Amino acid sequence: MPELAPDTIAVAMSGGVDSSAVAALLKAEGRSIVGLTLQLWDQRRLAGHEGMPEQVQGRCCSMDDVYDARRVAEQLGIPYYVVNQQRRFEQDVVKPFVNEYLNGRTPVPCTLCNNHLKFDQLLVTARQIGADRVATGHYARVEYSQERGRWLLMRPADTAKDQSYFLFGLTQDQLAHTLFPLGNMVKPQVRALAAEQGLRVAAKPDSQEICFIPGGDYKAFLHAYLEEQGKAMPESSGELVTAAGEVVGSHEGIQHFTVGQKKGVQQRLHAHHATPFYVLGIEPAQNRVIVGEEQELHQRHALVDTLNWIALDDLRGPMRVLAKIRHRHEPAPATIRPHGDSMAEVEFDEPQRAITPGQAAIFFQQDLVVGGGWIR
Amino acid sequence: MPNEQRIYMDANATTPVLPEVVDAMLPYWTEHFGNASAVHEHGRIARSALDEAREHVAALIGASPSEITFTSGGTESDNQALFGALGPGQHLITSRMEHHAVLHAAEELDKRGVEVTYLDCDRDGVVSPEQVRDALRPNTRLVSIMLANNETGVLQPVREIAAVAREHGCLMHSDAVQACGKTPVSVRELGCDLLSLSAHKMHAPKGVGALWTRRGVRIRPLLHGGPHERQRRAGTENVPGIVAFGEACRRSTEWLRDGGAQLLEALHQRFETGVLKRIPEALVHGSQVSRLPNTTSLRLTDVDSEALVIALDLQGLSISGGSACTSGAVEPSHVLIAMGLTEEEARSTVRISLSRLNTEAEVDRALDILDRVVQRSRTIEAVNAASCEDIQRSHA
Repeated sequence: MPELAPDTIAVAMSGGVDSSAVAALLKAEGRSIVGLTLQLWDQRRLAGHEGMPEQVQGRCCSMDDVYDARRVAEQLGIPYYVVNQQRRFEQDVVKPFVNEYLNGRTPVPCTLCNNHLKFDQLLVTARQIGADRVATGHYARVEYSQERGRWLLMRPADTAKDQSYFLFGLTQDQLAHTLFPLGNMVKPQVRALAAEQGLRVAAKPDSQEICFIPGGDYKAFLHAYLEEQGKAMPESSGELVTAAGEVVGSHEGIQHFTVGQKKGVQQRLHAHHATPFYVLGIEPAQNRVIVGEEQELHQRHALVDTLNWIALDDLRGPMRVLAKIRHRHEPAPATIRPHGDSMAEVEFDEPQRAITPGQAAIFFQQDLVVGGGWIR
Repeated sequence: MPNEQRIYMDANATTPVLPEVVDAMLPYWTEHFGNASAVHEHGRIARSALDEAREHVAALIGASPSEITFTSGGTESDNQALFGALGPGQHLITSRMEHHAVLHAAEELDKRGVEVTYLDCDRDGVVSPEQVRDALRPNTRLVSIMLANNETGVLQPVREIAAVAREHGCLMHSDAVQACGKTPVSVRELGCDLLSLSAHKMHAPKGVGALWTRRGVRIRPLLHGGPHERQRRAGTENVPGIVAFGEACRRSTEWLRDGGAQLLEALHQRFETGVLKRIPEALVHGSQVSRLPNTTSLRLTDVDSEALVIALDLQGLSISGGSACTSGAVEPSHVLIAMGLTEEEARSTVRISLSRLNTEAEVDRALDILDRVVQRSRTIEAVNAASCEDIQRSHA
């Protein structure tokens, strides 16, 4: 009877060059592998709604990407399946994404997807089909530390492609059963390997946008999704106020703003100001957007909740770290300390621009991801 | 080693072409390649092959050869029946557990001004003649109810429903794609007017089918062109495919005459009894009503059917779960939803469909594989559910 080898690995294949290269690498190493593509979102679903492209060009789960993944798997001669996770994706990623914006926060859907689908549900599915580990094309490293008795998440060799920011939510069990075969490679090497193997996706452009939002227009997506759900965009027009409480303008909805934004602010001010105004914060309860000058955007303190510690079992006292507060933020020196039961306080040595509620804050020591959480 | 061979138990999706059927069709690719409409000998040989095939197909369902129209398959036959019989302002009665070839054709007709009533089926997957009677309207032109359901194998009371239709003076169509070649079918006994058949469900190639149309019943053609098929279906006939279809029908008729269906049913019983004995928390849909002798719709509590089908595939057993969407991902079966199952119940249901080629040894090996994989799947499901509860507790 054809039996799966005991150490079979499920490779999450998106149809992109990175995950295709992972499959090729593991296959070349002689591992027993199975390719899986998660069908997360039907790109046709909101097509044609106002502001949404008529023609579907989104990257995530598009027919073209599934086709590429399948063709790569066929070329490598590995079993390949598409697994339907649309219900779970909508529940755990799309709905929270929409709600976060409606609550004046700026969400990170990729992290939610990693936490709930790519490393959680995928591992369950992998185990059900007889594989015991999953491999993905993320740029990060995972290794076991005897000294700490824990699985560690580390930044990758290719710092420009570092995706550890999106992976801070992984549990010890998940890390123990996850492989990141690209962690020690740089992107040009990955492309070269794909080309060498003759993979059809070797020159395929990287995806840049949020996968389920074709064209990247998240406001159009919010409108279209709420309309489809039979809900109107909540009325959230209100005032622009300064930190001192002075009303300086009005706006048509808090979901149009994110901390640090300049665009669209000046024309909503009642009077002309010589220096440009930026969004400093959003107060959803009052539908107020706090605005002010550039230097007011720079803050030293943040509170972080829903923490996940990787290198530690818990944070018990102050710790010196490098803290990163958005995907494109250069980690900055800070001290973190426990705050109440379940939160941590971050105190940066130098003020940081636009600390944004809803984004993740990740703490490093050198290459090591200590842990992270969500900015309140 | 025979033990290394994969086991195929997805006969309702398609069947392997019998070697004898391949042999029968082979000369019609090369030596006898003629166009059946041509006057010369090449054409006459092809024409003769078509005539003979038509007789075999007709014999399988107790029809006259002139009532058989060859098509490109079951989907075309269903579309031909519905689009050919119905026009704006007329009314169609069908059920929610029909094949998509009927359901999606009905949806399109709805857009073109045809009134459509979709009947639900009961918990066993049966549509009753009473439901059809209650749905009749003065402008009802066609009733379309399948003979055997592809997911559950449940046989529908087509004879009784056809009687209701005839009494009302409207036409009766039945999609018999799953029934033909597995169980005896007689159009005279059924009393319907239109019946769809597919070749590849009975050990002939894909891309061939037929629509039986009772003599005297006139419907509009779907395809327009040459005078082929008595002007009912234009297009040069797929002679090799039709020859194969005819040969498969001839063999099916013999197989049924020689008690093949009873042997298949015994094999099927061996499987179902084995499953219910060995696997706890398992149930067979429609087990209380008449079914095809090959189909098991099996619900396994706490098992994700999508992962189960993959796991079984990797263990060398081919079965199906739900219907595949364009990407290849699996959606819960609309048939099970129409039977009143919850989405969760539908997502824990798989379909095992045997063919006359399966053996007792295969059934026994399939039971071993299924038992082992379901056990593993349930262990993982339980561990996962427990850890989810832990997480919820720690957040509470």
